[in-house]
Amino acid sequence: MNETWIILGATSSIAKAFAREVATRGDAVFLAGRDMDDLKETANDCGLRGARHAEAVAFDARDPGNYAKIIARLTKEEGQINAAVFVGSMPDQSEIDADPNLIAGTVTDSFTGPAHFLQLLAPLLEERGCGTIVGTGSVAGDRGRLGNYVYGAAKAGFHTYLSGLRNRLGRAGVHVLTVKPGMVDTAMTWGLDGLVLVVGPEKVASDILKAVKKKRNTVYSPFPWRYIMLIIRCIPEPIFKKLSI
Amino acid sequence: MLWKKSKYSGWGRALTANADLARPERLSALKALTNDAAQPAIGHCRSYGDAALNDGGRAVDMTRLDRIIGFDAETGIVNVQAGVQIGDLGTTFAPRGWIAPVMPGTGFATVGGCIANDVHGKNHHHVGSFGQHVTEMALIQNGKVKTVTPDKTPDLFKATIGGLGQTGIIASAKIQLMPCKGDMMVLTERRVDGWDEFLTLLDDATSDYTVGWIDATAKGEALGRGILEEGEITSGVSPTNGKSKDVPFNAPHWALSRPIVRLFNELYFRRVPSSGRTSVKPITAPFFPLDKVHNWNRLYGKRGFHQFQCVVPIDQAPALRDMLERIAMSGLASPLAVLKRMGAGRAGYLSFPMEGYTLAVDFPNRPDAVALIGRLEKMTADAGGRIYFAKDALCSSERIAQMYPELEKWQKATAKADPENALATDLVRRLKLRTPT
Repeated sequence: MNETWIILGATSSIAKAFAREVATRGDAVFLAGRDMDDLKETANDCGLRGARHAEAVAFDARDPGNYAKIIARLTKEEGQINAAVFVGSMPDQSEIDADPNLIAGTVTDSFTGPAHFLQLLAPLLEERGCGTIVGTGSVAGDRGRLGNYVYGAAKAGFHTYLSGLRNRLGRAGVHVLTVKPGMVDTAMTWGLDGLVLVVGPEKVASDILKAVKKKRNTVYSPFPWRYIMLIIRCIPEPIFKKLSI
Repeated sequence: MLWKKSKYSGWGRALTANADLARPERLSALKALTNDAAQPAIGHCRSYGDAALNDGGRAVDMTRLDRIIGFDAETGIVNVQAGVQIGDLGTTFAPRGWIAPVMPGTGFATVGGCIANDVHGKNHHHVGSFGQHVTEMALIQNGKVKTVTPDKTPDLFKATIGGLGQTGIIASAKIQLMPCKGDMMVLTERRVDGWDEFLTLLDDATSDYTVGWIDATAKGEALGRGILEEGEITSGVSPTNGKSKDVPFNAPHWALSRPIVRLFNELYFRRVPSSGRTSVKPITAPFFPLDKVHNWNRLYGKRGFHQFQCVVPIDQAPALRDMLERIAMSGLASPLAVLKRMGAGRAGYLSFPMEGYTLAVDFPNRPDAVALIGRLEKMTADAGGRIYFAKDALCSSERIAQMYPELEKWQKATAKADPENALATDLVRRLKLRTPT
């Protein structure tokens, strides 16, 4: 198998765990993000763990002018191209309430930036007639809640985008997987109160790879979140609007 | 960097600390963190007592800094961040013909922890301690990275190896790996009927890895009976690894009560046929036998347990026999008891190893066990031996200088490296390690 992964948001701990897993099986990885020092270290790590090729590439979700260069670099790779998207940003909802200017950046990082990138990448995958796209959404995107509804709205938009993309690319033999992680033990959640069912990034990464193998469409990680969110979605709006969960 | 209020304990779970923890995921974050103030670093907290605890203070959790930075396939020198787990290093490099020369009893230990405790393995009599294979360290002091090597900075090197994190934060280290034939192990187990036979077998063992399991409940004629395990690394095909198991909650206090331990030990002893047996296993199985059961420390219930580990000089073997007899008579021991022959290899001022025999026994955390461990410590000191900081939770400060003759040199070096005592931990305070006598 000659697979190549472009991993967006590769400084995140889930992305790192994921990159490490595919590196160990010998895939090539392109690690995209903003902190080049950190990305180069991860690339080194992936290379030493068995990646066929590992390279850090500069990527900023808010700078679409840079996207084409990355796509051009990927076009040079032979064989199957896959993408995994782990970008997103979640400012405190109270900060957004105080400064609505933060909405645009949150939506760009969590939805329109990666969607724009995937839109440019899609023709390459269609042309090759194979490939996998892993899009990371969030359980926060399943219903708007008091604590993070702007982030949730951006992720909900990304879910819908991924479902449409799946509809389009499925016909060309390209698989699109939507991942909805619950609470993950990352830098983003470090020190937060009231976390439940917390899992490590390695668990999410291995759940993703299992779902890719089984060609699942949407996967929650860990799986109980499927049922938790099912219940939360079923609460009638007149009641839900009074809750703060 | 966000500080998280955490309650945590060492592997023995008898002691706990409330501290603010930070967990940097990038090197830049770690450096920024140490710019403001120094605080001790911790790994996966696999030391048993309070070596990783800093009650009422702060600590830096290094477990996310776990990248392999570089590897030279010619020389076999690997450069890793301190949070890399020793088992991870094993599974990554053994298939390519290299292995960490020293592996402690758990693969979850981090490289930083292995250095700070100068750990030893089942092959100590051949290759020495972990620190003897460290060729370079990046040590963070006041936000600056300092390169520490055995040749150029020998004093700081010896104070850092086995130095319980008191000279700075170990950010990364270069380790000289050892060539190996593959990632499988030929394991020979045989029954040993008593103490004298055990010592003779340990003295004469020539295999790469040697360790003895002791039935610490056996008395009289059977005192010191157990199983001798000898291993050699080989190549082969690994059967699919069995799934690891988990102990989901604290066991009740009677789970390791006297009759159950006696029964378990009897069965464990008879598990190996009287003629002995040889098998081939994946390398992780004999190195890290207990890692297959996650959270096995919960078997001791919520009160936790203590491990007593000492080493005594060769000619003091009778003193060690007296200790084992006392343990057997007390009926307090758990199934986990290990006897090993130790070589002279050590790399730091406070390294544990000395040429001799080392005995490690687990006890549930009960008042009578605490009293027994106190007596065993005295016997150790009287025999010219020493106790192991990585395991200790109970020792008093009085006998430490006697056990560790290079303590003064270490104190001078750590006073220079950390004049404010900002890196002190619960263990360092309890044993007054940094207080000159």
